[in-house]
Amino acid sequence: MDSAIVGAARAQFSLTLMFHYLFPILTMGLGTLIAFLKTLEYFKKDERYGIAARFWTHIFAINFAFGVVTGIPMEFQFGTNWATFSGRAGDIVGQPLAMESAYAFFLESIFLGVLLFGEHRVRPVVHWLSSILVAAGSLFSGYIIVVTNAWMQHPVGYKLVPGGEIRLTSLMAVLLNPFAGWQAAHTIMGSLVTAAMVMAGIGAFYTLSDRHRQFARLSLRVGIILGLLFSLLQVYPTGDANSANVTVYQPIKLATMEGLFHTEKGASLAIIGMPDEDHERLLDPVIVPRLLSFLAYGNADAQVKGLSAYPSDLRPPMAITYYMYHIMIGLGSLFIALMGFGLLLLLRGSLFRTRWFLWALMLAIPFPYIANEAGWVVSEVGRQPWIIYGLMRTAAGVSPNVSAGEIVFTLLGFTGLYCVLGLLFVFLVGRRIAIGPEDDEELEEHPIPPQTGEADW
Amino acid sequence: MSSVWFFLLGLMLALYAILDGWDLGVGVIYLFLARTNSQRRLCLNAIGPLWNGNEVWLLFSGGALFMAFPRVYAVSFSGFYLPLMLVLWLLIGRGVSLELRGEIDNALWRSFWDICFAAASTLLALLFGVALGNVIGGLPLQANGAFQGTFSLLLNIHSVVVGLFAVALLALHGANFLCWRTEGTLHDRSREISRRLLIPVCVLAAGAPLAAHYSRPGFMDSFARYPVADLAPLLVLILLTSTVYFSIRGRDSAAFFSGGTLILTLLASAATSVYPYLLYSNINPAYSLTVTNASAPYNGLVSGLIAVGIPMLAVIVYQVVIHRLFFQKLTGREKDGY
Repeated sequence: MDSAIVGAARAQFSLTLMFHYLFPILTMGLGTLIAFLKTLEYFKKDERYGIAARFWTHIFAINFAFGVVTGIPMEFQFGTNWATFSGRAGDIVGQPLAMESAYAFFLESIFLGVLLFGEHRVRPVVHWLSSILVAAGSLFSGYIIVVTNAWMQHPVGYKLVPGGEIRLTSLMAVLLNPFAGWQAAHTIMGSLVTAAMVMAGIGAFYTLSDRHRQFARLSLRVGIILGLLFSLLQVYPTGDANSANVTVYQPIKLATMEGLFHTEKGASLAIIGMPDEDHERLLDPVIVPRLLSFLAYGNADAQVKGLSAYPSDLRPPMAITYYMYHIMIGLGSLFIALMGFGLLLLLRGSLFRTRWFLWALMLAIPFPYIANEAGWVVSEVGRQPWIIYGLMRTAAGVSPNVSAGEIVFTLLGFTGLYCVLGLLFVFLVGRRIAIGPEDDEELEEHPIPPQTGEADW
Repeated sequence: MSSVWFFLLGLMLALYAILDGWDLGVGVIYLFLARTNSQRRLCLNAIGPLWNGNEVWLLFSGGALFMAFPRVYAVSFSGFYLPLMLVLWLLIGRGVSLELRGEIDNALWRSFWDICFAAASTLLALLFGVALGNVIGGLPLQANGAFQGTFSLLLNIHSVVVGLFAVALLALHGANFLCWRTEGTLHDRSREISRRLLIPVCVLAAGAPLAAHYSRPGFMDSFARYPVADLAPLLVLILLTSTVYFSIRGRDSAAFFSGGTLILTLLASAATSVYPYLLYSNINPAYSLTVTNASAPYNGLVSGLIAVGIPMLAVIVYQVVIHRLFFQKLTGREKDGY
């Protein structure tokens, strides 16, 4: 297949996917945190949690709307740009995608309506349950999408038939793919870290600007405690188990992301360093001896295969996979440090006065997004040259009847449209944050009576 | 089993057409109907919190097509490349308009999104109709099952007639929906518009099968093959008459429901005329994709039925519950705003 078509189709898919993913990164985690706040509100009968939940539901709703409108192109593009892949593997890939809309979308979109507009139309218990169903819907959605991806990373439950078609033999095998569980857990944990850090960051912003004091402190407290918990779980066990799967099922990806050119016994782990592919070495590396062997195989002397052990046409693009992996790891470690220090300050009771740290928390908001996106780039670029690992090459999956010129045209269209959407999003969320939660300054003296009418969306 | 999936897919698309149809229809008449900001807000509040759940039926149909008929999904989505991308951009435009209009209290901001919303809805209705027209009329599928759907190919007399029919019918559906959901001035204006739409709807309803006959003379064959399916066009006639009658007499809920059922029976007739083909090749019928040669294998369809078909019923039930929960006559005195 013409490489211009493959390049254009991949560029379009990565642009639309990475842009789309900016929104679910937050909503998967934030939905869970909102359910957490609603649960506290419901059982402790404490209106402060309700106010916080209402504010975050507004933020969730804007993200959800952008997530929905940018998510539709994803489902369509399998057919428009990757017709050969879809035609041959649709029997399998279509299953989880159809299930996603059957369960998750409906749950989310309908119960989000109840959450936003229904507070004074339904009983509190129904409203609380709606928040849980919204969270369940977005988590299930995340799981099922990762199942689809995991099948492309490590195909199971299929048989090949003459004519090149890939037939489903067991849906259960696909849904319980050994690759999927940890990958999904790691993905969802990434989203939870993001939500917790956004919560803490916004809390820091309000504290620094001395507004909505009570809401800000609540957000900081919840954000930091859960943020530390999630960022620890992000590394261990989810990240560790996920890379163990990569070690077993995709050793070439492992060598690429770790920047290991040559097979080594007792391989060292490169913390930083720039790959020089022409001379097959790392420039200016900082390494920890034998650590890679230990992490990959639990044995510091184990042999780890390097890139030179594999034919060059099976190697994924090196630099981008390597850098994105290191960015992800670096940021993940930073989050633990940041949240750990935050917890320390919180326990000492000086968090709300330590302005430099609040600044750091506020400015850290973009970084979990970068870490999540970087992780997916490692996963997807590192899978190349395969669209289905070991079964079908990416170049063989494109649509035979779509020309590169058409794709470039729509790629430009998406780029323009998404620039506008991105600006609108930043503007609207910024505005919502500037408005802030319902004024809780008075709440400290006398509680706000329940609002009449409906949410002003 | 593949025929079961053909039926389910048709049902999903029909549900989409009925549910999101009123959202689109409100968009088509929106600028003519609602002049003041409070009227426009009322329109948007009527479709307000649930348009999103309605649109999900489109995604659901896409996923089900992908799973049950992978080759049809692959061929049609890549064949209709540019039109589908246009649909995507319009869906994005409509969704964003609905969500963002109420975010800022400024007349220019609102006008901009009003126009986006109306234009996107109208074009979507037109494009969906054009696509349906092409599926009924047949496409130049090659031996490998592929075709390249340029606009010069897709915009033919037949598909444009079906497209206009879709716009008019959904506009009527939207107007009837607003009559049903609102009171006062907006109600009376919607009723007025729905009456004016009756003539174009009836003319185009007659024109669509004539145009279909012109583009694919054999499109009535399967009605002869499956006599029981003749019920569908018969019901179309009855429901068209009753919709006209109820709209003229101002019986709001009867007009709305008979119009909705009309959409269902029209799509059932269209599906019958297509069956057993999914995409008919007008180059050589042997190249066509049918329910048998394009479906996923039997066990994939069965596990799909368990995993997707059964929850679909649950979804229908809870959508009904939610729609009832939010149902009330809107008078314009509500506090909430889009």
